[in-house]
Amino acid sequence: MEFFKIRRDIPFMRHALAFNVVSLVTFLLAVFFLATKGLNFSIEFTGGTVMEINYEHAAEVDKIRKTLDAGGYHDYSVQNFGSSRDVLIRMPLKPGQNSAELSKAVLEGLAADDKTAKLQRVEFVGPQVGRELAENGALALLITSIGIVLYLALRFEWKFGVAAIIANLHDVVIILGFFAFFQWEFSLPVLAAVLAVLGYSVNESVVIADRIRENFRKMRKASVTEIIDNAITRTTSRTIITHGCTQTMVTSMLVFGGPALHYFALALTIGICFGIYSSVLVMAPLVRWLGIRSDDMVRPPRKEKQEAVV
Amino acid sequence: MNRYPLWVYVTIAVALALGLLYTLPNFFGEAPAVQVSSARATLKVDNAVLGRVEETLKKGGIQPTGVFLDLASIRVRLADTDTQLKAKDLIDRALNPDAANPSYTVALNLLPNSPRWLAAVALPMYLGLDLRGGVHFLLQVDMPAALAKRAESLAGDVRSQLRDKNVRHAGISREVNNVIIRFRDAETREKARTIIAEQLPDLQLADAGSGNELRLVAAIRPEAQKRTQELALKQNIQTLHNRINELGVAEPVIQQQGADRVVVQLPGVQDTAKAKEILGRTATLEVRMVDEDNMNGAALAAAQAGQVPFGDEFYVERNGQPLLVRKQVVLTGDRLTDAQPGFDNQTQEPAVHLTLDATGARIFKEVTRENVGKRMAILLIEKGKGEVVTAPVIRSEIGGGRVQISGRMTTVEAHDTALLLRAGALAAPMEIVEERTVGPSLGAENIKKGFDSTIYGFAALSLFIIAYYSLFGVFSTLALCANLLFLIALLSMLQATLTLPGIAAIALTLGMAIDANVLINERVREELRSGVTPQAAIHAGYERAFGTILDSNVTTLIAGLALLLFGSGPVRGFAVVHCLGILTSIFSSVVVSRSLVNLAYGSRRKLEGVAIGNTSWK
Repeated sequence: MEFFKIRRDIPFMRHALAFNVVSLVTFLLAVFFLATKGLNFSIEFTGGTVMEINYEHAAEVDKIRKTLDAGGYHDYSVQNFGSSRDVLIRMPLKPGQNSAELSKAVLEGLAADDKTAKLQRVEFVGPQVGRELAENGALALLITSIGIVLYLALRFEWKFGVAAIIANLHDVVIILGFFAFFQWEFSLPVLAAVLAVLGYSVNESVVIADRIRENFRKMRKASVTEIIDNAITRTTSRTIITHGCTQTMVTSMLVFGGPALHYFALALTIGICFGIYSSVLVMAPLVRWLGIRSDDMVRPPRKEKQEAVV
Repeated sequence: MNRYPLWVYVTIAVALALGLLYTLPNFFGEAPAVQVSSARATLKVDNAVLGRVEETLKKGGIQPTGVFLDLASIRVRLADTDTQLKAKDLIDRALNPDAANPSYTVALNLLPNSPRWLAAVALPMYLGLDLRGGVHFLLQVDMPAALAKRAESLAGDVRSQLRDKNVRHAGISREVNNVIIRFRDAETREKARTIIAEQLPDLQLADAGSGNELRLVAAIRPEAQKRTQELALKQNIQTLHNRINELGVAEPVIQQQGADRVVVQLPGVQDTAKAKEILGRTATLEVRMVDEDNMNGAALAAAQAGQVPFGDEFYVERNGQPLLVRKQVVLTGDRLTDAQPGFDNQTQEPAVHLTLDATGARIFKEVTRENVGKRMAILLIEKGKGEVVTAPVIRSEIGGGRVQISGRMTTVEAHDTALLLRAGALAAPMEIVEERTVGPSLGAENIKKGFDSTIYGFAALSLFIIAYYSLFGVFSTLALCANLLFLIALLSMLQATLTLPGIAAIALTLGMAIDANVLINERVREELRSGVTPQAAIHAGYERAFGTILDSNVTTLIAGLALLLFGSGPVRGFAVVHCLGILTSIFSSVVVSRSLVNLAYGSRRKLEGVAIGNTSWK
């Protein structure tokens, strides 16, 4: 089987400007939604209490709300979680409140209405822990970015490092933009997915950068545009197959993983799709725009010449 | 050119065999078991207890599938959960005749079901709380309170030092973590400064005020502060250990996290409220006098029957001796600053050395001076119930705040008593800053979901790769299987905790690891298309792709390491598996798949073509 029988190089660079405009617009939209709507942080970041309650039959959310109102609780949210028999109740943080008593009291209230109510999971996070998690997440993102730029600069050229990280951070912002637009819950596993995608998308840039370097050696007479076009065309097959395979796994998680892995898999899906786009159509034009030349990649054998002069 | 030397094949075979060995326990699953451990620090679980347990089970007609004794506990493996419950009740009744005051903790647990020879070398992966169900707490130790307590005790020390040396101050008070001493003239202040600097090296002194409103501000030195905080944390962890033992939890995790936090994980515990009540309880130490006037046979017998003399309380010592102790408290644990095991200077007997603060030392000196030849009792009061830790005879007046308890003690007992005295109370209050409870049914559901997504994803991916790359696809799939084997073996070997995000990471790692094989296969195809001989194409394909594979894996690893460094909880579980998976994938996708290709094609001199799908189009 062979899907990609491409005989001639595709002139990706000719349309570079158009691609850049598209990605700029998507990026700005993502930033816009992040700024206006903001992320729907999970209680891991904001602090509060989450309870997952299981019923033997379909849960009546309205009735649960009424019970909670009667119990004097405010600002809570009740929603179905995974199936109609499971509900998730979120409670904001209140100073001086004991989480054990809270979850016990709520469950007792609900069990009085319906004896089948069973507590599946309680999560309580204090305010300080939440803030630390957010800080650590941002720090992890920063360290990863710096590490990747340094490594690529060392292995290739600083221009590749910079172009790759811009392209892939643009992915990260777009994933976050999606989470802001749809108000999907941004939890710790989603953060892990975002960082994993960052590392994974950089693979893509590495593969293309590797090809560009190889082409500079082999295609001495070709122009930079031709070299980049050829590099992208030659790796297209690999790009699509690899991403398809990874996406197969992620789709399986999306389908079979249940609610606990839902947003994790969703973040990966968006990341994988935009990862292809950004590496091919954002990183490569950026590298060209930064002015990559064959001297950057292929070092002339300087030493021997000097010795010859002496 | 496509042949590996023998040692490479041997290495791969050994790696696969080891991988299989360490993965194997995961297939046997876990069997219900009963775990017996000591509920008291001074009681050890040994062969004698093992004998009792076996005897009890025999009498009850229960045939265990295995009985094991390790350093801290006895584990009895049973056939099913019904016998498990029955066995637990039987053992509990036999070992703890007094239910209100248990000597041993008997808890339900799970044991690996693998055969004995396998269990000796390899253990299954350790499942996280989200997979097995249980409670997770993150407790924050209130360090300002610990420091304030230390400052309060230092203020007491300063007061008694100045009194001893007849220095007249105008008042001593504690402000936050500082001790403020007021003076009326500079001369007295100088005198006090010399005394304090000499006697209390933990304090840093500074002058303040003017005229006849002079002050000396004594702050706790940074290194002393650090020591106080470390001690407080250590003591709190010890106290938590003791309390959790009572809960009857099979494998509790109690660990320090950062400078001022403690993680407590109780697998299998469902009753959060009770767990919290026990964790938050306060225990106190008390020193009281033994009522010597009534320590005669008649009074003791009467007390045992319930006729306790007025003002006394009846206790039984560890060695079974009855004891009448006065209700009046001489000293409380607040005055105890440290307890260490050691040896008596003269007799070389094992002993426990206690250090009291200044006020405690003064009280202790007075009491011992007046009661030479009498006995005093040291009690641990918990849940309003006291236990006599020890009741030594006072040989002479004891001053200076250093007390030694000795006599009829083994080194182990001395060590344990010191521990108990230190750990009796919390050094500083703790607050729960994070809590997670997962029900057991949810845990089982999570395992199934994680497992399903990995298996179905893996199956779909394998089918596609084989269809697309034919025989090379089979090699790639086998390499991926090897990767999965290595990863699970490594996780089992390291006993890393597997969580739901960890299972997701396994799935994701497999999905990403295929990248290396796709790169290689695409390269081989490309070489073939350009007209190179099959053998040369295989060689060039692997050689050229390797650089790219290494680079792309390093960048993924950078992200994984950042997650490992800064992540906590679920993220860390993900990061551990992700990082390990990257390492195993480099080996399996390059070396293992190459060895398969070499085995299949490497020995053929005239190779017409390779089965890597159609490459004949031009």
